[in-house]
Amino acid sequence: MAKNRLNAGHSVDCSVVVIGGSTGSIDVLLRLLPALQPPLSFALIIVVHRRNTADSTLAHLFSLKTSVPVKEVDDKDVIRPGTIYLAPADYHLLLERDGTFSLDDSEKINYSRPSIDVTFESAADVCGSQLVGVLLSGANADGTAGLKAIKSTGGFTVVQEPNTAQVGFMPQQAISGGVADNVLDIPGLIRFINDLNTTRSR
Amino acid sequence: MIEEEEIDLLLKDLYEVYGYDFTQYARASLKRRINRLWTLDKFPSFAELRYRVRSDPDYLKRFVEELTVNVTEMFRDPTYYRTLRTEVLPTLTAKPFIRIWHAGCSTGEEVFSMAILLKEVRLLHKSILYATDLNPEVLESARKGIFSMSAMKQYSENYILSGGTTDFSTYYTAHYGRVKFNEELAEKMVFSTHNLVSDRSFNEFDLILCRNVLIYFTKTLQERVLTLFDESLAPLSYLGLGSKETLKFSSIQSRYKQLEGEKIWRKIG
Ligand SMILES: C[S@@+](CC[C@H](N)C(=O)[O-])C[C@H]1O[C@@H](n2cnc3c(N)ncnc32)[C@H](O)[C@@H]1O
Repeated sequence: MAKNRLNAGHSVDCSVVVIGGSTGSIDVLLRLLPALQPPLSFALIIVVHRRNTADSTLAHLFSLKTSVPVKEVDDKDVIRPGTIYLAPADYHLLLERDGTFSLDDSEKINYSRPSIDVTFESAADVCGSQLVGVLLSGANADGTAGLKAIKSTGGFTVVQEPNTAQVGFMPQQAISGGVADNVLDIPGLIRFINDLNTTRSR
Repeated sequence: MIEEEEIDLLLKDLYEVYGYDFTQYARASLKRRINRLWTLDKFPSFAELRYRVRSDPDYLKRFVEELTVNVTEMFRDPTYYRTLRTEVLPTLTAKPFIRIWHAGCSTGEEVFSMAILLKEVRLLHKSILYATDLNPEVLESARKGIFSMSAMKQYSENYILSGGTTDFSTYYTAHYGRVKFNEELAEKMVFSTHNLVSDRSFNEFDLILCRNVLIYFTKTLQERVLTLFDESLAPLSYLGLGSKETLKFSSIQSRYKQLEGEKIWRKIG
């Protein structure tokens, strides 16, 4: 099964899934991660807003929830399928054409560093139609511009259903902006992401 | 949005007309910076942006300044400074002089933090802090030692977390929303432009700090710069990088030993 047929009538053949979230998104991720069925056929990149402490407790917390390797990104790390990458605190996370990550400590965007828009836009630029963007709960307008970029380069976008989110503002922004190809509740999101996985054992 | 080929054209111009070589900068970040400037300065087309850069040296200054990222703060990553205070500086006390190089010092917050640290461990009098950057503008600002008052709350928290015990506000005088750091701290600082892409080593150092500069470079340029640092580091001296940067991919790695838990390496070979 190389391609998945999705509700919106698209078929998606994806190599990178990038998930962005703010307030209330960690809980969603802590439900999603244990439900993933490894090995993953794509790289899963997570960008969440958090306090700008440089400690790696979040990556550790995530790694306890899944057997998929979890890595907080260091400069120039190679992007590999089957791995979960977490944007480090206090840096924007970008993707390079040579398949590596790069980091950038420039100004905050939408009061945030890492900013979801920055990673979505950069991933869209590099991955084009191979990309799926997912936007979760949050109280910030970050992510909408990024989803728009993903759509415009041929990628697919999914947004958490706002009334299932702890804070519905962020996904609602994306829906109002007309940049959500699909709107799903948490079980729906989990099913969707597992369906993207073409190598899962069943 | 700028196209890849347009970026190549601009970089070629910058090199041919002004001698600045940005071709080995990490592309994704560079592209964002150029797009940002294009929007900020409201160029109707790429051709107009290109023409302005090529023909207007004043605009070039702005362009280079905004192309590079100059964000910095005092006592950034407090545990880093704690390690400098408790593990690195004590090993340098026996030296007659201590030479420190801040490469990519931006507006100087890092250099003033170091001077405070040196003063507190009573080494400032025999230290020299060389602070260099590509941008003359940020150096001009660093030289003045004037920073915004609004940042001081955060800086003083960072300072305390780094192990500082003095009242931070004794290090500066406040004036109309800005603060000026004490002259005494700046006495041992030497500011100069230095381009890590094209300039050579200019001294031998006991400690080189180059933080959050290498992330903007490709691996190839990182290797060049790390080699330059290696040539500039005395035996048993230290190299400090940013919290997400590493020696891991570099050929000089084998001669260095990393300090536990921090992005600080000691030259052992
Ligand atoms: C993000 S700031 C880092 C400031 C400080 N070291 C810190 O970590 O807070 C990066 C600095 O590197 C400088 N820079 C960029 N390219 C350079 C080059 N080729 N040579 C010297 N400095 C450079 C920029 O002008 C900028 O001031």
